[in-house]
Amino acid sequence: MGGMLDDTLTWGNAFVFLLWGVVLLVLVLGFVTYAIYFERKIIGWMQLRIGPNRVGPLGLLQTVADILKLLIKEDTIPRKADRVLFMLAPALAYVPAFGVLAVIPYTQDLYFADINVGLLYYVALSGITTIAIVLGGWASNNKYALLGGMRSAAQMISYEVPLVISVVGVIMMSGTMNLRGIAEQQGDWFWQWNFLPQIIGFVVFVIAAVSELNRTPFDLPEAESELVAGYHVEYSGFRFAFFMLTEYVYMYAIAALTTVLFLGGWHAPLAFLDFVPGIVWFLLKFALVVFFLIWLRGTMPRIRVDQLMGLGWKVLLPLAILNVFVTAVYLELFVK
Amino acid sequence: MIRTEELLLNVGPQHPSTHGVFRIIVKLDGEVITEATPVMGYLHRGTEKLAEELTYTQIIPYTDRMDYVSAMTNNYVLCHAVETMMGLAVPERAEFLRLIVMELQRVASHLVWWGTYLLDIGAMSPFLYAFRDRETIVNLFNELSGARLTYNYMRVGGVKWDATDAWLDKVRDFLPYMEKKLVEYDHLVSGNEIFLARIRGVGRYDAETAIDYGLSGANLRCTGVDWDLRRTKPYSLYERFEFDVPVGRTGDCHDRYLIRLEEIRQSLRILRQALEQFPSGGETMGKVPRVIRPPAGEVYVAIESPRGEIGCHIVSKGKQEPYRLKFRRPSFVNLQILPKLLVGETMTNLITILGGIDIVVGEVDC
Repeated sequence: MGGMLDDTLTWGNAFVFLLWGVVLLVLVLGFVTYAIYFERKIIGWMQLRIGPNRVGPLGLLQTVADILKLLIKEDTIPRKADRVLFMLAPALAYVPAFGVLAVIPYTQDLYFADINVGLLYYVALSGITTIAIVLGGWASNNKYALLGGMRSAAQMISYEVPLVISVVGVIMMSGTMNLRGIAEQQGDWFWQWNFLPQIIGFVVFVIAAVSELNRTPFDLPEAESELVAGYHVEYSGFRFAFFMLTEYVYMYAIAALTTVLFLGGWHAPLAFLDFVPGIVWFLLKFALVVFFLIWLRGTMPRIRVDQLMGLGWKVLLPLAILNVFVTAVYLELFVK
Repeated sequence: MIRTEELLLNVGPQHPSTHGVFRIIVKLDGEVITEATPVMGYLHRGTEKLAEELTYTQIIPYTDRMDYVSAMTNNYVLCHAVETMMGLAVPERAEFLRLIVMELQRVASHLVWWGTYLLDIGAMSPFLYAFRDRETIVNLFNELSGARLTYNYMRVGGVKWDATDAWLDKVRDFLPYMEKKLVEYDHLVSGNEIFLARIRGVGRYDAETAIDYGLSGANLRCTGVDWDLRRTKPYSLYERFEFDVPVGRTGDCHDRYLIRLEEIRQSLRILRQALEQFPSGGETMGKVPRVIRPPAGEVYVAIESPRGEIGCHIVSKGKQEPYRLKFRRPSFVNLQILPKLLVGETMTNLITILGGIDIVVGEVDC
């Protein structure tokens, strides 16, 4: 498909692009459906509960039923809300979340778009969601939603910076911003993957990523014990579903990105395990990251706003910059 | 100059972290609180007024519904007040049973607090662990009295139901189980850096302020004042048992947290001794006249409930019903310091501080 991008646009080409878009959408929706199920089951077991087990065999259709319920629910818009912005916000949140998935490579040959600034594209696009969240909080004309939206803006801007700088080390090591190239450069043994030589970058990246995802312990924008539900407190039905969808799609994106950047992408952890197809390894690592995110939620309390800012600016950012510096010195002295 | 505006935020009565129908009106400057006004009374049922029309035995179920997380201590304070007035002696077996259920209740109450406090702070799992262990106690109470929350267990002059040996064995088994679980709690929560950062130095006050506001229970002991009515003004059989009263130093939420966890351990210690000394036979009801008619006069007794000093003041005119009944409810009194503590804090700390005081709205509003 990469070749087609260079050709002139014809009806045939456009159809193929559209088809792949739909395939990706179905894939992502499938993931979200079962990520929610997976999360509820795992959290349930961690908390001595059973989790969903009524709808369908083993409760496998629970999320489908939930989405159906959200779809047929009455769509309410508060009278004093800014109608246009209120309706725009969920869509604006979701579109970039879906857009960033285009650049993620699953194996050497299986990817949707092979852009040479893939990482930059990801970072640039995902920032737009912040605007949507602030917009949603603002347009709701609700004080809790506004506080949630403001918190979200502060948090996402603060953590975007260390997130981006933490991957600079990886870019320097592999000399490319193409995600496929970055994954390919990592060796066949697990100690050749980026997470060991870039351990500082990896830790900063994971912390900042959890914060970007608004998940425990950084789930302040929707801190239910203080702000009830944060920025989406006034949303109901399908619009609410879109915000939830965005959140889980970003979970997908971040888990995939972590796998590609730091965990060797589709490479087997030990070289002689090569006979197992790369996609299996990719999925295993991907599932591991997703499980880690869920596990955090079962364990951690929530951090406070001022502590969150302090951590972002005073700890993570210097660490990320230090990482860039150390990597640069190393590359200059030993590799060149 | 940018024009800034204060935000008037109505927290509650329908809010997930106000522990029931409690409401605070806060003025926010950004996220910093400049003024906080608690509004209470959404759960007011007029218990004290209703009591004037009821006989003493009929009042006991009403006390269950006051502090519904710790109904046994409420039962006790009323019965104890009437017994003091009438000079009734309670049989030893009954008194032991009362003490055992009160200490179990203290453990259960602190578990509810621990779970919900962690929930307020954003950790969901501890809540379910705490409720699993509280469930054991609730089941014990269910077996003993036939109710899970509102027990109506004590009577003037004794207790309503006797305990079987099997029940006592179950309590005996519960003690080592709970001690093991407390270690797990510590591993999961007490050392968590995020949790410590959230509660250390938050909601701080000194001993003088605490006494001025009439605080009691863990809210007072966290400032270093060694005041536990079980020790300072012993009632029931507490003089017979060895236990420590944990006190804090700094008077912040962290100290209150540690004190409550330690109190669970001390309660288990008391329970162990009480089960060892438990009399093998005897009555569960003393010699009580058919109609309970305390002599004219007044009495005030106070005991240590899990939340602090719960007192009962009865004015009797020698009738079956009290002329006037007044409960000193620790939740209500402890809450008075809230507006003072909240000024200058953030919205997040509001939840931490309110949770740390440990209120039960049923008791605040009575």
